[in-house]
Amino acid sequence: MKSLADLQAIRAKTLENINMRKEDENAARVVVGMATCGIAAGARPVMLKFLEEIKDRDLQHVTVSQTGCIGMCRLEPMVDIILPGQEKVTYVKVKPDMVDRIVAEHLIGGTPVAEYTIGAAEA
Amino acid sequence: MDLYRAHVLVCGGTGCTSSGSAKLIERFEEQIATNGLDKEVKVVRTGCFGLCEAGPVVIIYPEGTFYSRVKVEDVDEIVTEHLLKGRKVQHLVYVDHKTHESSVQKSLNEIGFYKQQERIALRNCGVIDPENIDEYIAFDGYQALGKALTEMTPEQVIDEILKSGLRGRGGAGFPTGKKWQFARASQAEHKYFVCNADEGDPGAFMDRSLLEGDPHAIIEAMAIGGYAIGADEGWVYVRAEYPIAVKRLEKAIEQAREYGLLGKNIFGTDFNFDIHIRLGAGAFVCGEETALMASIEGKRGEPRPKPPFPAVRGLFDSPTNINNVETLGNVAQIILKGADWFRSIGTEKSTGTKVFALGGKINNTGLVEVPMGVPLRTIIEDIGGGIPNGKKFKAVQTGGPSGGCIPASLLDISVEYDTLTSVGAMMGSGGMIVLDEDNCMVDIARFFLDFTVDESCGKCTPCRIGTRRMLEILERITEGKGEEGDIEKLENLAENIKNSALCGLGQTAPNPVLSTIKFFRDEYEAHIRDKKCPAHHCQAMLNYVITDKCRGCTLCARKCPVSAITGTVKEKHVIDTAKCIKCGQCIANCKFGAIIKD
Repeated sequence: MKSLADLQAIRAKTLENINMRKEDENAARVVVGMATCGIAAGARPVMLKFLEEIKDRDLQHVTVSQTGCIGMCRLEPMVDIILPGQEKVTYVKVKPDMVDRIVAEHLIGGTPVAEYTIGAAEA
Repeated sequence: MDLYRAHVLVCGGTGCTSSGSAKLIERFEEQIATNGLDKEVKVVRTGCFGLCEAGPVVIIYPEGTFYSRVKVEDVDEIVTEHLLKGRKVQHLVYVDHKTHESSVQKSLNEIGFYKQQERIALRNCGVIDPENIDEYIAFDGYQALGKALTEMTPEQVIDEILKSGLRGRGGAGFPTGKKWQFARASQAEHKYFVCNADEGDPGAFMDRSLLEGDPHAIIEAMAIGGYAIGADEGWVYVRAEYPIAVKRLEKAIEQAREYGLLGKNIFGTDFNFDIHIRLGAGAFVCGEETALMASIEGKRGEPRPKPPFPAVRGLFDSPTNINNVETLGNVAQIILKGADWFRSIGTEKSTGTKVFALGGKINNTGLVEVPMGVPLRTIIEDIGGGIPNGKKFKAVQTGGPSGGCIPASLLDISVEYDTLTSVGAMMGSGGMIVLDEDNCMVDIARFFLDFTVDESCGKCTPCRIGTRRMLEILERITEGKGEEGDIEKLENLAENIKNSALCGLGQTAPNPVLSTIKFFRDEYEAHIRDKKCPAHHCQAMLNYVITDKCRGCTLCARKCPVSAITGTVKEKHVIDTAKCIKCGQCIANCKFGAIIKD
């Protein structure tokens, strides 16, 4: 290491990895339903896909966590996306190939993918 | 580097390691792999979180769930419930002593123990993996060194530290910037920067935790200090009793060398600096700077008179600067955030924060860092969670064998260098031993003096013989053989030792005696005149008595190991005080509370 820039590079590279340990009010949260019903319906590949997308796109301030069953097992796998300061948006029957769009349009773009949400499914 | 969705932080400090955290880590890794979570969940061994009472501690992010007293058997449940299904394991979640609230819905900083703390020196302890330099860098590590080397002159660095008002955290509270100034002013080809990690006060363990939890912070600060005073070589003098700290420090130095953060031409400048470790054998006197330097040089660890001060003639006869671990823990943050920021915390004359090791009769044993100037009451009652078992607070002993006691009447005193000194105690290294109504103050003084007598190096007479005489008097008093005039004799000896001892060890050794006499003279008098120990602690003056509450159940007579209790069934029993060895078995077993100490 010969310069401050080298130091910055290491900092940036590691930071995305340990960001979750900092108090971060601006973090967007991706919450995947991972009770028995969620897992049986295929929540795990969905969550892994989220992790992969977030890593590939180098997104900062996003945490991925899991939650238990909220009772609508028939709609699993369910994923909540909570952007800072906004109402949560719930996606249902999420499949790994839907994750790409959710990340691009919602997490990055800020516009929920209406057709995947619980509102669309129940309408 | 892979992206993980959850981090399991397991405390790897000395406290939690001794209660089995290493096995926890193994089990977590095993269970996480078995459940196929090893690509999503990362296990990190961190430094001390501070709440040692609740150890071993496990924190799971991003939720920030705080699990306490986790056993190996609990790991499977945490993995299958929390990590696999996202359901917190309620019965393992930490419960606040005072509010009885569990931390399930709260983040770490909202727990009573942490809420009133402000962590500067301990900022990374329990947050990063101390054996991973990248994590330190991610939390702004080595930025301050880069800034100092590329944007500041050595004088500017010293100026910033001076302006911050940082004072030595090892005991005496000397302004750090002034020390650096003196060392800078000395002209020599070779200078040294030494870190004093010979933490020896009974009950103090902040330096150990800092070295274990954030070793790079010390390395960075030493390099900054080396640049400021013009030193190219650093030494860390650390006790061999701190194996985890030593191991992590060695590893950290290696990593820093690999990255070019130690060595030649750091950050492309012409500044060279490297650090060596010297292990101490645990002699208390080697925390004194001149004795410490003698020990590094391979000589007997004995102090010498000052002047010459180390800044003029120190290690290997070269100008040397010596700072304590916790002092150094603040340096990088001051350079990075500025002196004004540091001054904004704490009080006018005591800036910043101080780490205290809470021990003794207190609910939350552990390590806390608070802004200078907080009331002592806040530390004891709010953060420390008060006294266990409904007992009454009596005093707190600060500053270890060099310090004194602060009684309950002064509980609202603000904790800073000068106020503590003004009541006869001292900041010291920050050990706080809490005493309750069952502690005998004469015995506490005896305990600390016993320690200094043991640790006196013997070079000067006042310390070698004077403290021994004081101890003999104290032992006599606690054995019920005190005489009129003993208190005055103690005071007289104490003054003479303070004025004539060679180094800080001897000069401060009488403090625990003087301060207990000052605030608890009546206890001394009760021992000497009435041959009574008001706290019912000193065995020699204690008799066990069976009161009329006795129902004659015979249990005590059967439990007594020396058959000192006699009596017939359903009639009041009697203790033969000549036979009684005061073991307390009878009191522990009596179901009617009929036996008392008198």
